[in-house]
Amino acid sequence: MATNLQATVRRRPPPTHRLSLNDPVVRAVIYQIVVVGGVLLLAWYLIHNTLANLETRKIATGFAFLQREAGFAIGESLIEFAPADTYLKALIVGVLNTLRVAVVGIVLATILGTFLGIARLSRNWLLAKAASVYVEFMRNIPLLLQLFFWYVVITESLSGPREAVNLMPGVYLSNRGFRFPTPVDHPVFSYMFVALLLGVVASIFVSRWAKRRQEATGAQFPTISASIGLVLGLPLLVFLLAGAPLTMDWPTLRGFNFVGGASLTPEFVALLVGLVTYTAAFIAEIVRSGILAVSKGQWEAAGALGLRRSLILRNVVLPQAMRVIVPPMTSQYLNITKNSSLAVAIGYPDLVSIANTTLNQTWQAIEGIALIMAVYLTVSLSISAFMNWYNKHIALVER
Amino acid sequence: MKKFIGLAAGAAVALVAGAGAVQAQGQSTLDAVKAKGFVQCGANGSVVGFGAPDSKGEWKGLDVDVCRAVAAAIFGDASKVRYTPLTAQQRFTAIQSGEVDLLVRNTTWTLQRDTALGLDFVGVNFYDGQGFMVPKKLGVKSAKELGGATVCVQPGTTTELNLADYFRANKIDFKPVVIEKLEENVAVYLAGRCDVFTTDVSGLASVRSTQLPVPADHLILPEVISKEPLGPAVRHGDNRWGDVVRWSFFAMLEAEEYGLTSKNIDEHMNSPNPGIQRFVGLTGDYGKMLGLDNKWSYNIIKQVGNYAESYERNVVPLGIERGINKLWKDGGLMYAPPLR
Repeated sequence: MATNLQATVRRRPPPTHRLSLNDPVVRAVIYQIVVVGGVLLLAWYLIHNTLANLETRKIATGFAFLQREAGFAIGESLIEFAPADTYLKALIVGVLNTLRVAVVGIVLATILGTFLGIARLSRNWLLAKAASVYVEFMRNIPLLLQLFFWYVVITESLSGPREAVNLMPGVYLSNRGFRFPTPVDHPVFSYMFVALLLGVVASIFVSRWAKRRQEATGAQFPTISASIGLVLGLPLLVFLLAGAPLTMDWPTLRGFNFVGGASLTPEFVALLVGLVTYTAAFIAEIVRSGILAVSKGQWEAAGALGLRRSLILRNVVLPQAMRVIVPPMTSQYLNITKNSSLAVAIGYPDLVSIANTTLNQTWQAIEGIALIMAVYLTVSLSISAFMNWYNKHIALVER
Repeated sequence: MKKFIGLAAGAAVALVAGAGAVQAQGQSTLDAVKAKGFVQCGANGSVVGFGAPDSKGEWKGLDVDVCRAVAAAIFGDASKVRYTPLTAQQRFTAIQSGEVDLLVRNTTWTLQRDTALGLDFVGVNFYDGQGFMVPKKLGVKSAKELGGATVCVQPGTTTELNLADYFRANKIDFKPVVIEKLEENVAVYLAGRCDVFTTDVSGLASVRSTQLPVPADHLILPEVISKEPLGPAVRHGDNRWGDVVRWSFFAMLEAEEYGLTSKNIDEHMNSPNPGIQRFVGLTGDYGKMLGLDNKWSYNIIKQVGNYAESYERNVVPLGIERGINKLWKDGGLMYAPPLR
């Protein structure tokens, strides 16, 4: 024994791992096997138990219900939907409604949040204080409460459609929503859309060319006005060449409500306003921290070149601040998307609301929840992927 | 090693707990209820007259009385009930998962719920139908005039489907506003966001008389667009428990037929009528057959009352007449099989 021990002590580090719990490597492997095994066992148990319970309670499983007739109506939809359509189509309507409020919400919250963030750093005392009061107020009240608030404000303060406020010819505001006229569809609109795309592509080329020229010669080119001209002008030109075929679909009061035109419903507006004003407070803080993270020397150096404060902010500070701003911004965008599921409380037919109805009519709860999770996961991962790509794009290029 | 032991212990506890849950499935709810000493009853919570707590926090209503009757039959004490307020969406999960023993939440008996949802309906304690309520100032007299109207409706109900069916059948269109909570729905209807509020006529009457500031300003339209037999439901396959709930309710109908009330049942203890003798438990072993005390039906009537008393107490104040909910011998649909 003694010689053996001495031999071990002399021969260190030991070249082989002994199969003992005292060996850290063996221990690590065993722990991992046990944990993975435990997780798999738990997953198997849960799935097995669920299926067994569903079986004993004679609850049908599977996704066959998606092809059955939905039978319920949906308040607002981006695509045509009637009760005779399938559950699948109803769920697609829900996904589109969720995306609609999420996309518009992300854009508006970014704009509002950026302005608020900059305002908090403004040298104007009143503006800076107003912005900080806003931020502290909004982000310390639960979002659900704010949604109820906006919904009540809209439905209680506005009158019924028969006493609607007529803002300008054809535009009405009532507790049924904001009703406005829309152009009647005409074949020339699709050509105008092509012209619009062409305008966007052309303005990208113009701005690249202008940048190269400025770098080479120093001569500036009015990129912004040229781009606006291209993007708006080309479709307008097509429209005028086609003889300006514009007829409007005017809203008129018939029976209980307005007919014709299009409308933003109180539910959509309440949800959008709630999400935007709430999230903008968080975005404002992110923007502020990003700007503060840029060293003071950058401001001073740019100032020494004689640039105006607004130019410094736009061309020197914000591009650098973006590197700090973008990663936390991603999670705010994800928050908007996920928080939009609170819509169910105020009656906006988003994915969760429609999936809830579906799983109540069909009793396919597990399938319904799985679909909701899959959709939110897909949307969230897409946003993350895009933001990661954008983050790489603006990251500091190290030479 | 400690961590490992903890993990193993956790997994073992989870497995044992799971096994316990599965075992509880095999046992009748009747035994489980007797063991724990009370009935867990899934009720509405918002619809006054059917299932809602009053200003003192005591649950009252036609549905609640079924729960109390079951407790009286099992324990001889109608107060041994605990209530779980459930929304339209939560109710089926609650009964399926065993969170409640009994669901009496103005729930419509349909084929799908009886089969695919894993429920058993044991009877009908209120024959209802879906209707529409509108503010009188709209000047609407019939549901046929509702073309283009905006309708407030709760999700997860047969109401939502009947609504779409009715408008489709009559080729008129409408906009639904779907909000889960009843109170929110009523608030939005009052604010004028919707022209119409729809649910079962009993629910409309209850809302109108208890939740609207001026009930007389609102009109329930004459059209009743659906059949809504509302009844208590239990989990599918638990026949002994289903029998107890079914016969507890039938006892209330039977007592009305015999003219037995909570006031006079003691005077009938020595009645020569063999039907009444069976009912109060003097002859026969009918309680034993259900797995209960032979005094079960006496206790129900003594403590809860017969169906007419329950109806008078809960539903008449809402302004809903007995109508088709009268006993069969008075021209209604309420009919209990012979209690023998």
